[in-house]
Amino acid sequence: MNYLEDIGRYFLMIGMVFKKPTKWTILKDLILKEVEELIFSSLGIVIFISFFIGGVVTIQTALNISNPLIPKYLVGFATRQSIILEFAPTFISIIMAGKVGSYITSSIGTMRVTEQIDALEVMGVNSINYLVFPKLIALATYPFLISIGMFFGILGGYVAGAFGGYSTSAEFIQGLQYDFLTFHVIYAFTKTFVFAFVLATIPSFHGYYMKGGALEVGKASTTAFVWTSIVIIILNFTLTQMLLG
Amino acid sequence: MILVENLHKSFGSAHILKGISTCFDQGKTNLIIGQSGSGKTVFLKSLLGLFTPEEGKICYNDRTYSKLSNDEKMMLRQEMGMVFQGSALFDSMTIEQNVMFPLKMFSSMSKSEMKDRADIVLKRVNLPNAHKKFPAEASGGMQKRVAIARAIVNNPRYLFCDEPNSGLDPKTAILIDNLIQEITREYNITTVINTHDMNSVMEIGEKIVFLKDGYKAWEGSNKEVFKTDNKAVTDFVYSSELFKKVRKMYLENDQ
Repeated sequence: MNYLEDIGRYFLMIGMVFKKPTKWTILKDLILKEVEELIFSSLGIVIFISFFIGGVVTIQTALNISNPLIPKYLVGFATRQSIILEFAPTFISIIMAGKVGSYITSSIGTMRVTEQIDALEVMGVNSINYLVFPKLIALATYPFLISIGMFFGILGGYVAGAFGGYSTSAEFIQGLQYDFLTFHVIYAFTKTFVFAFVLATIPSFHGYYMKGGALEVGKASTTAFVWTSIVIIILNFTLTQMLLG
Repeated sequence: MILVENLHKSFGSAHILKGISTCFDQGKTNLIIGQSGSGKTVFLKSLLGLFTPEEGKICYNDRTYSKLSNDEKMMLRQEMGMVFQGSALFDSMTIEQNVMFPLKMFSSMSKSEMKDRADIVLKRVNLPNAHKKFPAEASGGMQKRVAIARAIVNNPRYLFCDEPNSGLDPKTAILIDNLIQEITREYNITTVINTHDMNSVMEIGEKIVFLKDGYKAWEGSNKEVFKTDNKAVTDFVYSSELFKKVRKMYLENDQ
């Protein structure tokens, strides 16, 4: 019953995000701040993880192709497909649920605990719009982060494949270009947009409606991470079935 | 003026406010006092519209809160200033930005006009050189004064303070009390202060509402509180030996 109540409250919160908007002069500063906090500050970790996971995907694919009849360029092909279809949009989003999600929950939760949200409400500010809308708009640039992840994932695969002796540079590049479907990129970015919405709203919900003190802020961050991950996994399955199935 | 009639508020099975009726006058410092758990904060937050009472009405001059549309409620809230117990300053903003925040949100002032207004109120609360500091760099007393400055920057008609001098040393607490009283008179606003500080009761309690277990057990002024024979009030206000002696001396001098 509590879950149903929370789901209802979540959708009411989404409705409030778009009501009584904050002045544009204030909003634009908030959006730029959130782009910096949520997107640019995540570039380093996304590049690092993507590069090395791309390398691991290449090495594992190459090591599992023992049949000499299978062409070596398939290593590049498999790396591209894995990175674009699954790793970059889905797994980076789960990593971001930990990094960005816990930041959002703890920052809003701390504002709740220290009565800063009450202060906004008393002033007549729509606190949900003020706090959540800039995050939502900032995360609309999330596909940029994912495309960086895709690039560095494939680059990591190329470096591991070409310099590790698992395939030649030409074979890897041939594999990257082999049977390329634009729709796969559209599918990946469609997922990315949906995940960006989830990343902005579920952690905000857990931060905004938390009760208690500092300990509960920590608990809310953990709960937000768990629920964001679960929703991303379920939506990943649903969207894959709808778009590719 | 704020008029409260038969206010009831519950959380689940816990009935917190049990039919409170009172009136808070304009240009006066009105105090809500009572033990912890007596319903003071719930009462104050109900006055602010942060809690919705199940029964009763709250009138801000001629406006009944429950009959206002959402937009009218938001407009009314722009006439309110609030000083929270923990100050509730925005951590990511400097003191000047905190004070300018309500102006940025709701006024059509230019940036220089906003800065001038922030200057005036920061000087008014005796913080002329703290503009660029962040709340974390300010002492508890300074934070309270910034919270007062932020609350009055928009020229509110109603000022609410939740335990404004809790956690402060006695000297700073008196400074804060006096500052609130001066501002109340200067701007002719309706001020409601939630406190259990007996110094505040004696110093600035022009109207005192005493809550006990969710009921209004007594109301009067800081002069009347010396003379009352209401046991609940005397047990609470004169719980320390010092205040018992103060009361005895007052009554002796009065006769």
